Amino acid sequence: MDGDGSAPRFPLPSEIADAPGAEDWRSMYPYFTRFQPEDDQRFWFYNSMHFPEPMPAFDTITAEVPYSAIGANTARVFVFPTTLGIEHRIVNGRVYITANPVTDPGEIGRRAAVFGERASYYYENWDALYEGWKVRMRSLIEAIESVTVPSLPEWEDASVVFEAAGVAQNHYLRENFHKCIDLFSKMWHHHTEMLMLGYGAYVVFFQFCKQAFPEISDQTAARMVAGIDVIMYRPDDELRGLARLAVEAGVDDLFTEGCSPASVLAALASRGEGGQRWLKGFEEAREPWFNVSTGDGFYHHHRSWADDLTVPFTALPRYVAQVRSGTLAARPTQELRAERERLSSSYRALLASDDEKAAFDQMLGLCRRVFPFVEDHKFYCEHWFTSQFFGKIREFGALLARFGVLAEAEDIFQLHHTEVDQALSDVMLAWAAGSPPLGARYWRPVVSARKEMLAALRDWSPPPALGPVPEALNDPAVRMLWGVTQERIEAWLSPASDEVRGFGASSGVVEGQARVLTDVNQIGEIRDGEILVCPVTAPSWAPVFGKIKAAVSDIGGSMSHAAIVAREYGMPAVVGTGDATKRISTGQRIRVDGDRGTVQVTG
Amino acid sequence: MSPGVRRLAEVGSADKPSVGGKAAALGELTRARIPVPPGFVVPAETFGQVMAVVDPAGALVGAVEGVAAGDVPAIVLVASRLRERITALPMPGDVVAQIAAAYDSLASPGAAAPTPVAVRSSATMEDSATASFAGLQDTYLAVRGTSAVLDAVRRCWASMYNDESVAYRRRLRLPEDGLGMGVVIQRMIRPRAAGVMFTRSPVTGDRSVVAIEGTWGLGSALVSGEVNPDGFTVSKVTGEITGRRVGAKLRMHSFGPNEPGICSSAMPAGLRGQPCLTDDEARALAAVGQRVEEHYGVPQDIEWALLGARPGDDLALLHGDPADRIRLLQSRPETVWAARERPPVATPKPRASDHVLAWLEKPL
Repeated sequence: MDGDGSAPRFPLPSEIADAPGAEDWRSMYPYFTRFQPEDDQRFWFYNSMHFPEPMPAFDTITAEVPYSAIGANTARVFVFPTTLGIEHRIVNGRVYITANPVTDPGEIGRRAAVFGERASYYYENWDALYEGWKVRMRSLIEAIESVTVPSLPEWEDASVVFEAAGVAQNHYLRENFHKCIDLFSKMWHHHTEMLMLGYGAYVVFFQFCKQAFPEISDQTAARMVAGIDVIMYRPDDELRGLARLAVEAGVDDLFTEGCSPASVLAALASRGEGGQRWLKGFEEAREPWFNVSTGDGFYHHHRSWADDLTVPFTALPRYVAQVRSGTLAARPTQELRAERERLSSSYRALLASDDEKAAFDQMLGLCRRVFPFVEDHKFYCEHWFTSQFFGKIREFGALLARFGVLAEAEDIFQLHHTEVDQALSDVMLAWAAGSPPLGARYWRPVVSARKEMLAALRDWSPPPALGPVPEALNDPAVRMLWGVTQERIEAWLSPASDEVRGFGASSGVVEGQARVLTDVNQIGEIRDGEILVCPVTAPSWAPVFGKIKAAVSDIGGSMSHAAIVAREYGMPAVVGTGDATKRISTGQRIRVDGDRGTVQVTG
Repeated sequence: MSPGVRRLAEVGSADKPSVGGKAAALGELTRARIPVPPGFVVPAETFGQVMAVVDPAGALVGAVEGVAAGDVPAIVLVASRLRERITALPMPGDVVAQIAAAYDSLASPGAAAPTPVAVRSSATMEDSATASFAGLQDTYLAVRGTSAVLDAVRRCWASMYNDESVAYRRRLRLPEDGLGMGVVIQRMIRPRAAGVMFTRSPVTGDRSVVAIEGTWGLGSALVSGEVNPDGFTVSKVTGEITGRRVGAKLRMHSFGPNEPGICSSAMPAGLRGQPCLTDDEARALAAVGQRVEEHYGVPQDIEWALLGARPGDDLALLHGDPADRIRLLQSRPETVWAARERPPVATPKPRASDHVLAWLEKPL
C-alpha cells in the first residue's frame, strides 16, 4: 500500500492527515483514545464491523465500555493463555483496534493453568450459568427501565419534607445519570461474560471441519450448529402474528402500503372490539419484542421498533396481504431441524474413524450447548438493554434541552458522557441557585461544530488497517470476533479493482438489480427481486428477506444476522465487504456469488 | 468345450477371478441398478484354454518370470514372442460362434451397419486395492463386424504380455502363473460429454465432495490427456457446486457412422470455452457416484458418459431427468488416498471443553 519497496505496510497512524473540514475532531474524544507516537510500531485495523460510521462523542461509550469489559474478561477474569485485551484508538472519528497477545511460552503456561480451571467451570455448567445469566440480565434491564430522570420542578415535592428524604432532586440528576452509565457497563460485562468462551467452541469445531473436510464452506459448518429456536427470530414472528390477528379481527383494511403508524393506531381505537383486540395483541408483542435496534446497538441513532414504528408498519401490509392470500408461512422449524440433523449426520458418517466421530460429537455438542447464548445475548444486550439505555440518555437530553443547555434532546449524543456530567452539574447548580445554566452559551456552539465535523468525517475513507503488517496474527480474539486473518490482511494490501470482496455467507450465484439502503427505515423502497445492499442487518431487517433475492452487507461474519437469515431463505449472501454500500449504487446490475464471497458490478 | 460368454448383467464382484476386474465391476454396477452400456464378457477360462495351446508346458510364461524387472530388451523379447503366438492362434470354433452370436444380439433392431462396440481387457488382477494396472492392457473402441471383434479379442488377450504390462508385474514381483484375462464387449455409446469422477477430492482427499472432470464427446480424449478438461466439485452433503473450472478443451474424440476406430479432431471453437456439463448434470453425476460409493463402501474412481443432444446442441431439446442420461463405463476403488495414512484430525477428550482449552492454550 504505502510500501517503500521493502516490507509491505499500511499507513502509519502518525501519517494520517486530519479530514478536511474536521480538523478539530480530537476535541470530541477523550485523550485516552488518541494514537501515541509509539503506536506507529503496531498493527491496527479499522473495526468496521461494529463502527461503520464516524463516532458521535457520546457513542464512543459503545467502544470504551465493551473494550473495558472484554479485556477484563479475557485478561483478568478467565486469564486466557494467549491474549490479554483489546486497545482502541480513534482517528478522524473511526475506531481502530489492536490486541495484546501473550507470546512468552513461560507466561502462556502460567496463565494456562489458571485458565483451564476457570474456563472449564463455565463450559461444564453452561446451561445453568446461562439460566442465571438471563436472570441477572433481566434485572439489569429492569434497572435501566426504572431509572428516572428528575423533573426539577419549581418546588420540591412535599414528600421530601414530610418523609424526611433529606435529599433534593437535583442530586439524583447526577446519581441517576451515573446509574445509566454504570448499568451500561455492567450489561457489557455480562455481554462478554460467556461470549469469548462461546466463540472458542465455534472456532474449534470450525477448525475440525476444515481439517476433516478441507472443502467445506464456513456456512455449511455454521448450518450444522444453527439454532432453530433462537429469540432473534421472535420480533419478525410477532409481526406475522399481528398480521394474522389483523385479518382475524377484521381490521386488516387499515394496513395498506405506506400507512402511517399514528393514523393506523388512531383508527384502530375507533374500530370497536376488533380494534381493541388488535391493540391488545400489539401491546403484548411490543414489550419486549419491539426492542430491536435497527442497527447493532452501537449508535444512538439506530432506533428501535418501539421508538419508531415505521419499520414494523412497513412490513405489516405485506404480511397482511400474505395472510389474505394464504401464503404467509410460519418458519419451517421442523424442516430446518431435520436439515440440520441431516447435514451433521452426513458429515459425521464420512469421518474416517470412530475416534474422529466421537471427537466430532463432542465439539458439535459443545457448539450447540453454547449456541443459545451466543445468538440470544444480542437481543438482551445490544437490542433490549441498549434501546432502553439510549432512551434514558435521550430523556436526560430532553431535560438539558428544557433548561436551554442544548437546542434539542438529541444533541446530548454530541457530548461525551463525561461532558454530559459537566452539563448536568451546570443544571444542578442553576436549579439550586435559581439562575440560568451557563451551558447554553458553552455547549450549543460545540454541538453545532461537532455535527458539521461528523458530516465532514463521513467523507473520509478509513484505511482498513494501519501500521506494519504483522508477521503472524496471533490473537484468538481478533480471529474469533473479527475474522481478521493473514489472508484478509493480504487482501487489504492489494484491493481488487472491480470486485467487492467479503465472506460468502450463504451459497448460490444470483444476478439482479441492486438496492442500496443505508437505513432500515428505507425498507419500503425495496422492490421484489432486488438485491439488498446494506451496512449491516439486525433482526429488524427480517421482513425484507421475503422480497429480495440476495443480500450484501458491509459488516458481518458467517454467523451474523444477514448470514443466518439468508441461509434460512436459501438466498445467496455476501457479508463483511467493508464498503459495498459505497461502491455499489441503487439500480446497478450486480452479480452476487455466495460461494466465493464476491460481488461484481455487471452493468 | 468353451465355458461360453456371459452377459454383464449375469456377473458381479464375486466373479472377478473368472471374468476379470472390469467385467465384474460393470456387472456389479448393473446389479446396483446403475446403467452401463449393454455387453458381455468372454471369461478368463477361455483365455486359459488359449494359453494352454500357446504355451502347453508353461515354458514361455516361465521365461517371463525369470526376466529381471529392469531388463527391457529381455522383456521385449519374451513378451513379443507370446503376443505373436496368441494373435496368430485360430480361435476355437465354439468360441467364435458364441462371441458372434452375443455380438449380433447387441445390434439395434433394424440396424444396417455393423454395431460399433468397445472391446476392453478385463484382467483378473486389475483394480485391486493396491495395484490398479491402469491402462496397461488394451482397449479398442468403435470396433465393427464379427471378424474385427474377434481380432480385437485376440489382441486384448495378447495385451496381457504388453511390454509395459510385463515390466509392471516384474517390478511388483507378481507371479506369472495363474494370470487371467476376460474380455468385455460392450455397445459403443455416443456421449454428449464424458469423463471421470472421484468420489473424494483427488487434491485434498476430502470425502465430502465428488470431483468431476469432463469434456465434450468421448472420454478417451480426457483419459489420454489430449484435453485440459472442465472440472466440477460437488458437495455430497448439500449438493452445492463448490468448485467450477472450464478447461481449454482443444481436441474432441468421436467415431464415424461406418469407419472403425475413433478420430481425434479439433474441438469446434464454440465448444472450447463452454462447460460440458450443466449444474444439474454435474449434480446428477455426483449423485450416481455417491450411490456407487455407497454400494462398494469405499471411495470410487469412475468413468462416466452422458447421453443427450450432440455436443453443443441445445439441451432444451431434452426432457426429463439428467440422471436418466448417465452411463458408467467403469468403477474401481480409489487407491491414492486410500493408501495414505492420516492421523485422526482429533480424538475424543475426557470433556468436550478440553478441545477448546487445548486450542486456546496453544500459541497460535
